[in-house]
Amino acid sequence: MKESSPLNLYKQLPQTNCKKCGEDTCMAFAAGLIERKRKVEECTPLVEEKKYAKKLETLKSIVAPELAMVLIGTGEKQVKVGGEDVMYRHQMTFFNKAPFAYDVADNMDEAKLVERVKKISTWKKFYIGKWESVEMIAVRSVTDDPAKFAACVKKVMENSDFPLILCSFNPKVLRAGLEVAAKNRPLIYAATKDNWQEVATLANEFKVPVALSVPFDLDGLKSMATTFAGMGIKDLILDPGTAPNGKKLQESLLNFIKLRRAAVEEAQRDIAYPVMALPINAWLTTKDPVRGAYWESVLTGAFVIRGGALMIKHSIEPHSMMPDMHLRFNIYTDPRKPVQVKPGIYKVGNPGAESPVFLTTNFALTYYTVESDIASNAIDAYIIAINTDGIGVQASVAGGQLSPTKILDSFNEAAFKWEDQKYPAMVLPGMAAKFSGELEDLFAGKAKIMVGPEDSGRIVGWMKDYWPPK
Amino acid sequence: MAEKVTLSDLNKTLSEMNVQSLEGVKIEGDVEIEIDAGAGGVGPLFAYYFGQEAAQIAMQLIKFAKAVGYPVDALMQPVAVAQAVAPAPKEMVAAAAAEPAFKLASAMASAKFAVGTDKTWKFPIQEVTIGATKADGGSRGRVVKLGGEKAMPFFPDAPMPHNPKITMDVFDMPIGMAKAVKMHYEDVINSPGEWAKKAVKQFGADLVTVHLISTDPLLKDTKPQDAVKTVEEVLQAVDVPICIGGSGNPEKDPILLAKAAEVAQGERVLIASANLNMDWEKIGKACVDNGHVCLAWTQLEINSQKELNRKLMKVAGVPRESIVMDPTTAALAYGLDFAYTNMERIRLGGLKGDEELTFPMSSGTTNAWGVREAWMVKSPNKQDSDWGDRMLRGPIWEILTGFTLAMAGVDIFMMMHPQAVAYVHEITQSLMGLIEAQTPDTAAWLKMEV
Repeated sequence: MKESSPLNLYKQLPQTNCKKCGEDTCMAFAAGLIERKRKVEECTPLVEEKKYAKKLETLKSIVAPELAMVLIGTGEKQVKVGGEDVMYRHQMTFFNKAPFAYDVADNMDEAKLVERVKKISTWKKFYIGKWESVEMIAVRSVTDDPAKFAACVKKVMENSDFPLILCSFNPKVLRAGLEVAAKNRPLIYAATKDNWQEVATLANEFKVPVALSVPFDLDGLKSMATTFAGMGIKDLILDPGTAPNGKKLQESLLNFIKLRRAAVEEAQRDIAYPVMALPINAWLTTKDPVRGAYWESVLTGAFVIRGGALMIKHSIEPHSMMPDMHLRFNIYTDPRKPVQVKPGIYKVGNPGAESPVFLTTNFALTYYTVESDIASNAIDAYIIAINTDGIGVQASVAGGQLSPTKILDSFNEAAFKWEDQKYPAMVLPGMAAKFSGELEDLFAGKAKIMVGPEDSGRIVGWMKDYWPPK
Repeated sequence: MAEKVTLSDLNKTLSEMNVQSLEGVKIEGDVEIEIDAGAGGVGPLFAYYFGQEAAQIAMQLIKFAKAVGYPVDALMQPVAVAQAVAPAPKEMVAAAAAEPAFKLASAMASAKFAVGTDKTWKFPIQEVTIGATKADGGSRGRVVKLGGEKAMPFFPDAPMPHNPKITMDVFDMPIGMAKAVKMHYEDVINSPGEWAKKAVKQFGADLVTVHLISTDPLLKDTKPQDAVKTVEEVLQAVDVPICIGGSGNPEKDPILLAKAAEVAQGERVLIASANLNMDWEKIGKACVDNGHVCLAWTQLEINSQKELNRKLMKVAGVPRESIVMDPTTAALAYGLDFAYTNMERIRLGGLKGDEELTFPMSSGTTNAWGVREAWMVKSPNKQDSDWGDRMLRGPIWEILTGFTLAMAGVDIFMMMHPQAVAYVHEITQSLMGLIEAQTPDTAAWLKMEV
C-alpha cells in the first residue's frame, strides 16, 4: 500500500461510525488500515451491503500490499509468503516471516525419510513467550522417477501436515506429486525456460502456486512472470538464483535488493512477487558438515535480511536451526510493538506460602526467559516484573530504570502480602546484586533480600542450594 | 496437406480479402480450426469471444459467397446481422472473473527489467583512517580506512570503497571466556603482546583492541600509568593499527584513556570509548591533542548518538574525520532487532545528509558470547528440542551477530572467535564481489546427494 493518509481510505468506508468493527469511528478504522493492523473485511457493512460493493473493491485495491502475497498449504499450517510493503523494517514492519522449508529427497530410504520428516516437524524452541518452529518441507526428486516421487510425497504427508514444495524440473514428476498432494495446495518448483508451458498447464490444472526459476537473468524472470500473469496464473514465487559463492553470490543479493525495490519503492506490479532463496546451495560448495551448516546460515541471514520471502534449507542441526530461527524472528519482530509485559506479580505453577518471589524487569525477552526457566523445571514461584520501560536487568540497573525505591513501589502497587509467606523473601537477579544493601533497609521487617544467579537458567541449581532460606 | 490455422488468423485473412475481386483466389486444403483450451477447459468468457469470432468468419464467408454469385439470402431466413465487436455481457464477465479462462501462451513474452537507484542518498559517509605509518609520524605497517560509503552496504547504488574490518580483542588480564573461545587463547592469556601477535598472524585480524580492564576498581584497580604499559607492549608486538579500550568505569575511563592517548601519541589509535555518562570531553580532547580517533558509544538510541557526536565535535573539538560511532550491539536473540534497526536508521540518516550521523560504525560483536544460546551446555527449558554441541553454537552466534550488523552498515567489528572472524571477512568480501570462486550450477541442489 502506497497510501499514507487515512483520509483517502475513509472516503471508501461507509462513514457511518457504526462501531461494528470495534473502533469508535470510521476514521479510526481507516488509520488501522494504514498501519495494517485492521483488515478491510473487518468492516462488515462494507462487505455485506451491496451498495458498498464498488467502495469495497476500490478499498481492497488501495490496501493491497505492494508485494503480492501467495498462500501455500491449507488450514492451520497454511503459510503466507510475501505481502510486504516496505524496504526497511523500521518503515513499518515486515509482516510474513519467510517460511523455512527443509529438504527431503525421493531417494532416501523410508526409515530415514520418516525420521527426518519427524525431526523437521517436531523441532521447537521457546523464545519470548512463543514456540519457534519450522513451517514447510521441500521434497526433491533426485530419482527423476514420477512413481518414486509420488510415493515419497505420500510418505511425507503421512508423517507431517506441513505445506510442501514439490521440487523437480520434470513436469511428469511434478504431475505425479500433484496427483498425491494437490489438495493441500503445495508450491511447485519450478517453471524454467525449458518446461514453462507444461508447468503452467499443471499450475492451472491443479490450481497451485508455482515458482519461476530464471537464474541470474532479471529480464528473463520478468518475461516469464508477465507470461504467467497473462495466462491468469498469478500465485507466483520468483527464484532469481542463489549462488553460494564467488561474484555470483554478490549478484544474487543485488538481484534480491533490486526486485524488492522495484516492488515496494517503484510499484512495478508486474514483477512484485515474493522472491525465494536457496541457502541449501551452500552444500554445493562443501562436504564439510560444519562449514556447510555455517555457510548455509550466512546465506540465510543475507537473504532473510534483504527480502527473501521463502527459503529452501538443508541443515537441521541445532547449530543451524537455532541461530537461523532467531535471526528471522529478530528481523520480523514488529518494531512498532513495545516488547514489554504488564508490570506486576505473575504466578508460575501453583505458588503458595512456601514459594519464592523472583524479581525481574518487564522487558518481554527477560520476563519470558525467567518464566520459562522456572516453569519448565516445575518450580512453583511468583515473579514480579518491575516496570523498567521494557529495559533488561543489566541495562536498567546501569540506567537507573531499576532501583531499590522502584522495587519497593512495585511491591506496594501490587499489594503483595508478605505476611502470607512462610519465607518472606525476594530473589534479586544476580546482575542487580548491588541493590541488596539498600533493599534490606527498605524492606526491613517485611522481607528478606536474597541474591539469585546472574542467568535465570541457573535458578534450578540456585533453588537446591538456597531455598528454602535458612 | 492439412494446414492449421487459428481462428483469428482465418478471420483476419478473410477480412483482408477484397471480396469484390476474388478472381483466382482459391482456398486450398482443409481448414482446420483447433481450440487449445488447455487443461482447464473452456471458460464462459472464452466461449463468448470464440462464438463472436466464429460468427464474424461466417459473415466473411457469406460475403464471399455473395461475391461469387451464390444466392445466400435465400438460405438465411431471416438474414443474420453481424454485430460489431461488443463486450461480453456483465454477468458473463463476472462469471469469467470467478473462473478465469486459461489459454496457454504460445511464446514467452519479452520484458525488460529496470530499477532505479535511491535518489535520497546524497551524502557520503565520512572516511576515517585508523593507524599511522612512519610517513605520518607513527610506527604502523599499514593503516585501515573506514567509511566513504555512498549507499547502504552491498546495495547496487554504489560500490563500498572499503571492506569491513575486524579488530580482535586482547585483554590485559585473564578473563572469563566461553569454552569455545578460551581454547584459542589459553597459551597467550597472560601475555597481551603474544595474544595480539596470535590474533594478527594466525587469525587474520585487521587491527587489535587492547582492553585495559584490569583498571576496573572491582577487578585489579590497576593505576592508569601502569595499565598503559600494556598499550606499549602491544604496539611493539604488532604493526597493525590498534584500538584502546577501558574498563567501562565512568569515573576512571576518562583518566585512563587520556593517559593511553598520550602514550600512543602519533599512532592514530581508536580510543574506545566516550559515553554521555562520563567525561566525554576529556576523552575527546585527548584524542584531538594526540591525533587519535574517538569512538562515540551510546546505548541503542539514535538521538543520544546525535547528541554525543555533536558534543564531541562542538565542545571537545573532535574533527569529523576522527569520529567512529558505536551505537551498541545487542546480540542475536538478545535484542539484535533493536541494534540492527538502530544502525540501519543511523546509516540511512547519514546518507540522507544528517551531518550528526555520517560516521563509520563499530560493533562490539563479542557481545554474542553473552547470549545463553551461545555458551550454555543445554537448554534450561526442558521442552526445547536438543540444543546440540555448544562448541558449534557459539561461533555461528558471533558470525550471524556480526554479519547482520554488516548489512545494517557496520564498518568495523570487535570480535573474538577466530572462525567467526574468518566467516565475517569471507561473507562481507563475497558480497562486495572481492572473492573469486567457481560458482556451481545453482540448480544442482535439486538432485544433490547429501
